Amino acid sequence: MKDQLASIEREALNKIADAESMKELQEIKVAYLGKKGSLTSVLRGMGKLSKEERPVIGEFANRVRENITTSLDEKTESLEQMALEKQLEKETIDVTLPGRPIKVGGPHLLTKIIEEIEDLFIGMGFEVREGPEVETDFYNFESLNLPKNHPARDMQDTFFISKELLMRTQTSPVQARTMRAYGGDKPVKMISPGKVYRRDTDDATHSHQFTQIEGLYIDKNVRMSDLKGTLDTFAKKIYGKDREIRLRPSFFPFTEPSVEMDISCKVCDGKGCSVCKGSGWIEILGAGMVHPNVLSMAGYDPDVYSGFAFGMGPERIAMLKYGVNDIRQFYTNDIRFLKQYHKA
Amino acid sequence: MLVSLNWLKNYVDIGTISPEALAEKITKSGIEVDGIEYVADKTENVVVGYVQSCEKHPNADKLNLCQVDVGDEILQIICGAPNVEQGQKVAVAKPGAVLPGNFKIKKVKLRGIESNGMICSLQELGIAEKYIPKDSADGIYVFPEAVTVGESVEPLLNLNDAILEFDLTPNRTDCLSMLGVAYEVAAILNQSVELPAPQLQTATEKAKDYITVNVEAKQWNPYYGVFVVKDVKVKPSPLWMSNYLMAAGIRPINNVVDITNYVLLEYGQPLHAYDNDKLQSGNIVVRRAKDNETIVTLDGEERTLSEEHVVITNGKEPIALAGVMGGLDTEVTDATENVLLEVAYFDSSVVRNAVKATGLRSESSTRFEKGIDPNRVREAGLRACELLEKYADATILTGVVEFDELDRNEKQVDMDTFEINKRLGTNLQATEIVQILQRLQFDFEQQDSQFKVYAPTRRGDISIFEDMLEEVARIYGYDNLPYTLPAGASQAGALSNRQLLIRNVKHLLEGIGLMESRTYTLTSEAAVDKWISPEVREKQYIPIELKLPMSEDHKYLRLSLLPELLRVISYNQARNQMDLAYYEMGSTFLTKEKELTEQPDERLRLSGALTGKWVDHPWQQEGKEVDFYVVKGILERLFDYLRITVSYEQIKLPEMHPGRTAVLKTKDKIIGFIGQVHPSLQREWDIKDTYVFDINMEEVFASYNHVHSYDPIPKYPSIARDIAFVLDEHVLAGDVKQTIEEIGAPLVKRVDVFDVYQGEHMEEGKKSVAFSLLYQHSEKTLTDEEIQVSYDKIIEAVKQSFNAYIRS
Ligand SMILES: [Zn+2]
Repeated sequence: MKDQLASIEREALNKIADAESMKELQEIKVAYLGKKGSLTSVLRGMGKLSKEERPVIGEFANRVRENITTSLDEKTESLEQMALEKQLEKETIDVTLPGRPIKVGGPHLLTKIIEEIEDLFIGMGFEVREGPEVETDFYNFESLNLPKNHPARDMQDTFFISKELLMRTQTSPVQARTMRAYGGDKPVKMISPGKVYRRDTDDATHSHQFTQIEGLYIDKNVRMSDLKGTLDTFAKKIYGKDREIRLRPSFFPFTEPSVEMDISCKVCDGKGCSVCKGSGWIEILGAGMVHPNVLSMAGYDPDVYSGFAFGMGPERIAMLKYGVNDIRQFYTNDIRFLKQYHKA
Repeated sequence: MLVSLNWLKNYVDIGTISPEALAEKITKSGIEVDGIEYVADKTENVVVGYVQSCEKHPNADKLNLCQVDVGDEILQIICGAPNVEQGQKVAVAKPGAVLPGNFKIKKVKLRGIESNGMICSLQELGIAEKYIPKDSADGIYVFPEAVTVGESVEPLLNLNDAILEFDLTPNRTDCLSMLGVAYEVAAILNQSVELPAPQLQTATEKAKDYITVNVEAKQWNPYYGVFVVKDVKVKPSPLWMSNYLMAAGIRPINNVVDITNYVLLEYGQPLHAYDNDKLQSGNIVVRRAKDNETIVTLDGEERTLSEEHVVITNGKEPIALAGVMGGLDTEVTDATENVLLEVAYFDSSVVRNAVKATGLRSESSTRFEKGIDPNRVREAGLRACELLEKYADATILTGVVEFDELDRNEKQVDMDTFEINKRLGTNLQATEIVQILQRLQFDFEQQDSQFKVYAPTRRGDISIFEDMLEEVARIYGYDNLPYTLPAGASQAGALSNRQLLIRNVKHLLEGIGLMESRTYTLTSEAAVDKWISPEVREKQYIPIELKLPMSEDHKYLRLSLLPELLRVISYNQARNQMDLAYYEMGSTFLTKEKELTEQPDERLRLSGALTGKWVDHPWQQEGKEVDFYVVKGILERLFDYLRITVSYEQIKLPEMHPGRTAVLKTKDKIIGFIGQVHPSLQREWDIKDTYVFDINMEEVFASYNHVHSYDPIPKYPSIARDIAFVLDEHVLAGDVKQTIEEIGAPLVKRVDVFDVYQGEHMEEGKKSVAFSLLYQHSEKTLTDEEIQVSYDKIIEAVKQSFNAYIRS
């Protein structure tokens, strides 16, 4: 009987090894281990065995069953694995076909620059203030030391709406409004980004509408060297660490002393080229120490408080930083232009 | 202001500094030098020649054969200029000379005869045509005076001059004169200034016997003086003066005119010369013009005046418009013998008014408008007389006849070394401040660290401490100021809640795939009343119009962002960019005033315009054109983000598709609209099917008041149930959904439409709408019975309200 069992085992294991499909395996399982299977029928003859033989043969028979089962399981797994591999092979795709395009949205280039500058100054403790685009003559001019008939008013050709109302020509009126709101006895540290308007004919370098960011810092003991340090920090962050800055005396009615800031030309590295008109320097912003008349008109005592102010044009920054050569690009909103600036 | 360095050298020693280096120093000290121009490229081998003989070329009618003495040799030169004559002194480019434009002079043969050089015109020597005197414009240049044969022409014609172009800020009018520039350059280079000291010969006759001056308009004319100049010989100016004028951009005319221009540039003081014989009286009266009084000015135009103007009269009629232009009747001509030379101080506002009224802006009026130095007025007259004596052989009668109430006092400014350092962040010593004041040539008194500065009248821009602060800082050098950061108490910088919400909304839309646009605030008359949201339109705001627009396209302040946004769509589609999705956030300007007296309300709106494909992935057959529901989906996400409940109601708006437009409402308030642009306007604006939205952000801000909190994640399972109703085709899915939500609450947490069907297998005029309902309870698992009860109630309610039945 033992021999019989051994031969069944051999035969079964061989068949399992040769099996090529799950169906075959199933048939083998039934043929040997099923109710009518050969192993089962051999075991049925166990009753005829002696008391001594029974446990020995029984144990042997169990081992045979176990071996066949294990072999069946292993073969099943291997066949499944092969089937899966075959299936996955079939599922192969062309990885070179294009992916589903993602809709590209993003901020306007000017917004990008404005937010970058906002964040820089917020980090330095400035707040962001806004104000009306239709301004009064008082806030746009008079409060900034530009009384009526002041010759410097010629510098700004203004869109008037009525005798006293106009499209603001600068965002500085926001400074005047903020100073008043602070009541003359608290420090002011703010920037004011926004749209401004001038009576210009639109061309490559002029736009009747553009943006400006002005900054203001009022406190006791504000020094001109603080202005220099602040602008240096700004310029290095926006234009790059390797840019040199230069301050030149200038004139603005609302600051005294007044400053114009240049950075060394990136194109020629300060040697002189057509971009910097041969000077090696590019003018990027105007600034100065707040004029005592502006302070006192806003309720700050110029003997106690001092401050600095600065103003810059995001269009100009964009033109220098990215080489945009026509200011109208910012307002035609050509999708091909806007999309260029949504890459790292 | 064009500054000739050769001219400047008459007053200040600039040493050997190159024009470029000097320009850099001047720029860094406060006056931007915009450019450097050389009168001519370097010329060599061009010398003065004497035309010994001049005959016709035997073989050519239009050529002359000249023998020219150039000092060391006689050159035979063929010259084509019509004005060449024997006896002239001319500029000769010898063989080997190189003229501007790299024009090399060689020996040549012209019509068989050798020519050894060229007789030059001023153009050929590199001088710009517009500055060349009229009589030298055609043909060769002839030296007007004794010059030495063989001498190089380069210095004679000032060809070696460099001209700095000053871009003056409005405060630095002192540098509208060569003397002012001299002070500035002297301060920068730490040099002294040498001023002209006019000396006149004594005449026996006295000016006051010839003329009287009576100023009635004292307020606008605190100084008026005249010199009487007799026996003038009108002729060309001396060479040096013509050279300097040309370098300064002024065309020489004759000695009298040139001298007034020269002194104008040298002193910054305008002068005017009248032909004294045409004055027809011995009286000068300065008075306000009368309304509608007229004068024919030098340019031949008749000017109508008003009381805002001041005129110089001969007692009866105007002979000049003060500070602006003289009259034609008293013009100085070549025949003039006796001149009345006027020096005056006119108030800047009266000159500005006259310039505005006449449009006549000149070198003179500009200086009056900006303010002149009261201490140079009379001096400039003396200087001009000295030059007239010398170069026009004139006799200057003794004395100046004048009216003089001019304030010539210097302004006093107190300053303190400690305060200067405190404001600049420097550590300057009083001795350094003394040096700076000396370089500036400002008078001052010093007591230890305290200074009393007498700001010279030439520097009208200095009147307060801060002005002096700038003077000290700029001469010390802005470069030398230290870098510091503000030392005051630091505060936290941050965006306001509103600013933060705006940024977040923008980022949300950009993440969805919308591109931000920035259009013009100003729009056209035709566009300003279009695409206005109903809640704005019903208020009947009046579009705000600019007084003096620059163009018809940008004349009105916008009431809606959409017209300019649709222009962007049109612009891009004209360039074959068809798939577009833009948004913009910006102000609209609302007023009910016809004539604006108060600032309008500036209200923020968020608008968008979408067209073309929203999804485009052809090889997977995935494509989706923008439609109403694409745009609505964006808004649903937006309002979900903002936690604002918004309903959509069908509406008809004039510029919108009548069937595809809805207003947005929150709490029964209209906050904007969404829909397709009316097809006929799409055609008119040349755009493809375009969907827009427009949202009143002020209402959004008002509705948004979320306090951040935590909603526990549900512990108990949710159960989904679907229902499909057959409805009359006009029944709105939104209404059914609302009923389901109302009846289903609180167990039904969510209702979604997942299928809409109309067509085959469906009764005519009917549609099927399928909803999926999500049941959930926060504290227990709902039983089938509980759900069934609710489900049945919902079905019953919908059947009742909408005449619906269940689709099986
Ligand atoms: Zn450069």
